[in-house]
Amino acid sequence: MKQNLYNYILGIADNSLILGQRMGALTGHGPSLETDIACTNISLDLFGQVRSYYQYAAKVAGDKRTEDDIAMLRHEREYLNVLLVEQPDTDFAYTMGRQFLFDVYHFLFLTELQKSKDLTLSAIATKSLKEVSYHQRFSTDWIKRLGDGTEESNKRMQTAIDDLWTYTDELFHQTDADKEMVAEGIGVDVTTLKEAYYQKVADVLQESTLTIPESKYFQKGGKQGIHTEHMGYLLAELQYMQRAYPNMEW
Amino acid sequence: MTTTEQNIDNILIPILEQVSDPEIPVLSIMDMGVVRSAVIENNMVKVQITPTYSGCPAMDVIGDDIKAALKEAGYQSEIELILAPAWTTDWITPRGRKALEDYGIAAPLGAEADKDVLLHGKRLVKCPQCGSTNTKMVSQFGSTACKAQFQCDDCQEPFDYFKCLK
Repeated sequence: MKQNLYNYILGIADNSLILGQRMGALTGHGPSLETDIACTNISLDLFGQVRSYYQYAAKVAGDKRTEDDIAMLRHEREYLNVLLVEQPDTDFAYTMGRQFLFDVYHFLFLTELQKSKDLTLSAIATKSLKEVSYHQRFSTDWIKRLGDGTEESNKRMQTAIDDLWTYTDELFHQTDADKEMVAEGIGVDVTTLKEAYYQKVADVLQESTLTIPESKYFQKGGKQGIHTEHMGYLLAELQYMQRAYPNMEW
Repeated sequence: MTTTEQNIDNILIPILEQVSDPEIPVLSIMDMGVVRSAVIENNMVKVQITPTYSGCPAMDVIGDDIKAALKEAGYQSEIELILAPAWTTDWITPRGRKALEDYGIAAPLGAEADKDVLLHGKRLVKCPQCGSTNTKMVSQFGSTACKAQFQCDDCQEPFDYFKCLK
């Protein structure tokens, strides 16, 4: 088995899975009908994308593992998502802040992944990019609306951005699998996305009358399977059905 | 490397046209453009379909419905889901666009006009009920991932707009 390729696929897929779970958990809990539908639609897109990734991962693994096993039956330390996507929905500003800070990255990442020498990954990237451009529009719109809204909404949006900022740098860390895949022309060199990312984020924050956080202290660990305290609870819910009724297919 | 052309055996077209999109029953999967190829090899029909959106829950049903329709016509079949080239709303046929409008769903505009509508609030989408373009977006996401929610400010009717996907 190509371990590096397998890990590389999981690294991409787990981001979408965990964010998809977060957004899906808002079903029936969105602050308004329209935002509720939007969050669940974004979740559905992300889950659709991860199915393609996990199906491919199962093929690369080449053993008895199925897409369901890979998605649902790993332990916390085996999930390789960045810390950003597992952060909780403290309030709607956090939900949109998390989405926005990930969407900007996701869009840049998929744009590059389209050029991958791996045809399956490039096909998934091209497909997903169309959906992610809608996600990015939606979350950007909300950052502006809340940032440039009332005194209260501005304060909350700023708090969310300030809190989530510490998780942004990890997006641009390279794992060993990343380096290997970049060398083979399969993976994206995430370090090259950093400048465009912070520029885009700064532009939107500025337009939203929000302050760009100055903190240079960043958290990391998700890509190595070391997660924040929120991850266990999230997985308990995500994996409940598969643990209670083993061998279900999604 | 990839081609946007369809490769569908003429004999199979009438059979596949009977299969409709489970979420938009007036629209055949052929008019939707999700069938990319269908060929007969050694008495086995091989069909390739592509999803509109990655998470489209209708794809499994569409696959099953194709199998059932082909079986009724005397064919065994294999369904394969392909991702490349990625589906675009350009593949909806003129007949499909008309079926959408008749059903009460506004058909997708071109990419530029779509952006003007969704990002800048321009009033370009035609209300499928009264034909007015005095319409506004209520929600960027609608009843399914492929649609946005609109309302007509003339006849006041809410309706779905099929978002442009390029």
